[in-house]
Amino acid sequence: MGKKIGRVRRIVQAGTAVLTNGYLTGFAKGQIYQGPGKQFCVPGLNCYSCPGALGSCPIGALQAVLGSAEYRMAFYVLGFLLVVGALLGRVVCGWLCPFGWFQELLYRIPFFRKVKKLPGEKGLRLLKYAILVGFVLLIPLYVVDILGQGQPGFCKYICPAGTLEAGWPLVALNPALRSALGWLFAWKSAVLVALILLALAVWRPFCRYLCPLGAVYGLLNPVALCRMEVAEHKCTHCGACQRACPMDIPVEQTPNSPECVRCGACRDSCPHGAIAMGCRKGAAPKKEMVG
Amino acid sequence: MNGWRRYGIPLSLAVLGGAMVWYGIGRGEMDVVFIKAVNLCMECIGLG
Repeated sequence: MGKKIGRVRRIVQAGTAVLTNGYLTGFAKGQIYQGPGKQFCVPGLNCYSCPGALGSCPIGALQAVLGSAEYRMAFYVLGFLLVVGALLGRVVCGWLCPFGWFQELLYRIPFFRKVKKLPGEKGLRLLKYAILVGFVLLIPLYVVDILGQGQPGFCKYICPAGTLEAGWPLVALNPALRSALGWLFAWKSAVLVALILLALAVWRPFCRYLCPLGAVYGLLNPVALCRMEVAEHKCTHCGACQRACPMDIPVEQTPNSPECVRCGACRDSCPHGAIAMGCRKGAAPKKEMVG
Repeated sequence: MNGWRRYGIPLSLAVLGGAMVWYGIGRGEMDVVFIKAVNLCMECIGLG
C-alpha cells in the first residue's frame, strides 16, 4: 500500500514550523525579524510578529493591504493565495501550517473524551467563511480611522496564532509591553486558552470552525491540483476511511471536500488501497468521485 | 475527471494568480506588506 503518509506528514509539519520561525535571535532578544524575507508570504497561518517569523502571514498581509489608505484590492496577496490554493488546496493546512500542527500535538495529549463532532457541527463549519468575509475583508476595508486606514479585524480580535506566537512571547520578553496590557490582550488570551482546551477533545477545532485561511484554501480544494482520488473498482464501501478521518468526512463520496486537510488518514486506513493522494492521476484512472 | 478539469482548471487559476501577484507587486503592494511585517503589529499581539 506504500509508505504511511502520517509519519512523513508529521516530519514535514515540524520542519515547516521550524523553518518559518527560524529567527532565533528574535526569541533571544524579544524582537522581530526585519529582513527582506518579510516581503514574502508563507503559505500557512503564521503571525509576522512572532519573534522567529521569517515571512509574512498571508491573512495578516491581506488585511494590511486592504486596510491601507492607498489600496482597495490586494492583488499580490490574493494572487498568492490563488496560486497556492489552486496547486495545493488544503495540503497547506495539513502539512505546512504551524498552528495546525500545534493543535494536532494538543490532541495527542490523553483526554477523558475525544469528540469527532460538536452539536451544530454544520453551522460551526460555516463560521470560518463568515469570519473571512467579516473580519478579514470588510473590517479592514470599512472600519477606518480619520486617515482612512482600516483595522486588521481578524488579527486584532480573533487570531489565536498571533497570541500564541507573538503576544505571549513578546509580552514575556518585554517589560514595556507588559505595562500596556489591557482588555484586548485578556480577550485574545481567553480565545487562545479556549481553543487549547477544545483541541484536547476535538481535532483541530480552529481549522474546522474559525480559520479564514482554511476557508480560502478549502474553496479551492475541489479543483486543486493536489487531490484525493478514490478508485471505484477497488472501493468496497466498508466505511473505514470515514471512521479514520479526523474531520469525519464521507471520503468515498466527497474525497475533495472543502473540509479535508489532506492528512492522509483515510489513505493509510483503507484496507484495499483504494485511496490515493497526489498531483497526478493515480488510483482512479477511469472514474473519480469528486465532492 | 477529464484532463481539462484535472489539470486545466488548477493550472489556469495558478496562472491567473501569478498574474495578480505580478500586478500587485508592480503597484507597490509588496511594500505595504513589508512595512507592516517589519514593525511590531500591536493588534496581533493584543495591545492595539
